[in-house]
Amino acid sequence: MKSFKNQFLITMPSFLWLVIFYALPVFIVFLLAFKPVDPYGGIGGGWSLATLRNLSDPSYPVIIWRTVWLGVVSTAVSIIIAIPIAYHLAKMSSRLRNIVLMLIIVPFWTNFLIRIFAWKVFLNPEGFFRRSLVYIGLIPEETMLLYNQWAVLAVMIYTYLPYAILPIYAAAEKFDFALLDAAKDLGAGSFTAFRKVFLPSISKSIGVAVMVVLIPALGAYLIPDLVGGPTSEMIGDKIAQSVFTERNLPHASALSAILMITVFLPLLLLMFFRKICNNNGAESEKVPRIGVKK
Amino acid sequence: MKKCNRSSRFPMIVTIITLIFLYAPLVVVSISSFNNSKYGGAWRGFSFRWYEKLFTDATIWEALVNTLFVALIATFFSTLLGTLAALALYRGKGKLQLFHYALVYSPLVVPDILMGISLLLLFVTTIGIGAKIGLSFELGMTTIIIAHITFCLSYVTMVVLGRLQDFDHSLIEAAQDLGANALQIFFKVTLPIIAPAIIAGALFAFTLSIDDFVITFFVKGAGDTTLPIYIQSAMRRGTPAVINALSVVFLILTFILVFTSQKLLEKKK
Repeated sequence: MKSFKNQFLITMPSFLWLVIFYALPVFIVFLLAFKPVDPYGGIGGGWSLATLRNLSDPSYPVIIWRTVWLGVVSTAVSIIIAIPIAYHLAKMSSRLRNIVLMLIIVPFWTNFLIRIFAWKVFLNPEGFFRRSLVYIGLIPEETMLLYNQWAVLAVMIYTYLPYAILPIYAAAEKFDFALLDAAKDLGAGSFTAFRKVFLPSISKSIGVAVMVVLIPALGAYLIPDLVGGPTSEMIGDKIAQSVFTERNLPHASALSAILMITVFLPLLLLMFFRKICNNNGAESEKVPRIGVKK
Repeated sequence: MKKCNRSSRFPMIVTIITLIFLYAPLVVVSISSFNNSKYGGAWRGFSFRWYEKLFTDATIWEALVNTLFVALIATFFSTLLGTLAALALYRGKGKLQLFHYALVYSPLVVPDILMGISLLLLFVTTIGIGAKIGLSFELGMTTIIIAHITFCLSYVTMVVLGRLQDFDHSLIEAAQDLGANALQIFFKVTLPIIAPAIIAGALFAFTLSIDDFVITFFVKGAGDTTLPIYIQSAMRRGTPAVINALSVVFLILTFILVFTSQKLLEKKK
């Protein structure tokens, strides 16, 4: 009985904190989507469907599509790059591996704002990189590298790539490379061996990588805001605009509800898929974030 | 044999190109920080002026102090709450812990912006209710700290729970057999075992707090600046050269931090 009481006492602080500052706010997001806005930028009384009706603005499907497109492409590219890197890292001598791992982790630990700033300097119209490209004739004189979708995509990949590399590397490190030699002895080509032996054994970590890259990528706001232009806005930018520029909180909460659904849909699908595969969920959830900043 | 060699070169090439991709912008920023030119671009001679400006700029120092203040308080409370949560989740079973588990783990997969907006809406609603009954709150340092505790908590729990799940439970049973009570077991067995994880979790929370821009931006009051907020507002006006110098300072600190933590981990092995 006493142990039950202790148990209850150590559960309550974090439990109550998260109910008040996490679960309740999420609930409010959905609730406020049904509230009218008052003229002073606050929340009006009563209930209204006006906010939801405003969502039929023709610009939204384009923005939602762009958000999904940028999220999926940056995830796919990050993972396609991460697999050979993880493979290479796992096969390296441990001395060299520690150096390369450190080189991958350092930009990742560097302040997020600083990383975006670095890209702004790097792609600067007067900067060394653009002028070299113009000089060797790769791009015409008037091409701007900043403030478009490609800049957003590049910075997103730059930001999320380590999230993809670390879990896949953690799985590749445990892979027994003698299996690849065995496959080759049995007559498989290098690529076939890679595809039929290596890839299936790291598939779970690829699933984790998809999750940890796609979710923040869909919610990206700062990257399109700082290196993108008006034609590369994502849902995140629209949420921020309706909070800080239009001062329309109900509208912001309706957009957030859409983003929340967009984010959790693939997650639920993934969990469903996992259940079918009969994997140990708790075990694999541990992998990504701890691995990330160790 | 030749074929085998060719196949093993591809991953190496991808790794090298990726490292160039990761470092090219950082190298350009480092070089620019010594450029005498005001707005970057063409080289106008070597100079330390941006470093001088960085260390004498009062707004940057104020932002730094705020950042550290928020990070220290948020780290303390999130480590405390997060560790308790890990202990509860490790021992407990039943419906309550299942719900607790979902509460702790789902913030990890929520994008920053959703956490920011939902906390802002909570604070705005509370301020609205408060105004009606004659209490006044405002957005400010307190709301920033509350938000930081909230998003750091789950990471601490994850790190500490990971450690708890790895350790040998029979140690606790042995202590029980030897007649130790719950408190003795906690302080003499459990705490020493999870102490490194608590420290790792606290460091993690501290880093996350210092790094955060998005959530802070949503819940801060009008005049509050942290370092990321300062950098963002400076960037809206272009690419001011003083941020180049700030970036280099950050990069050097990060290198030292990662290098030391790698060395510490190596020694343990």
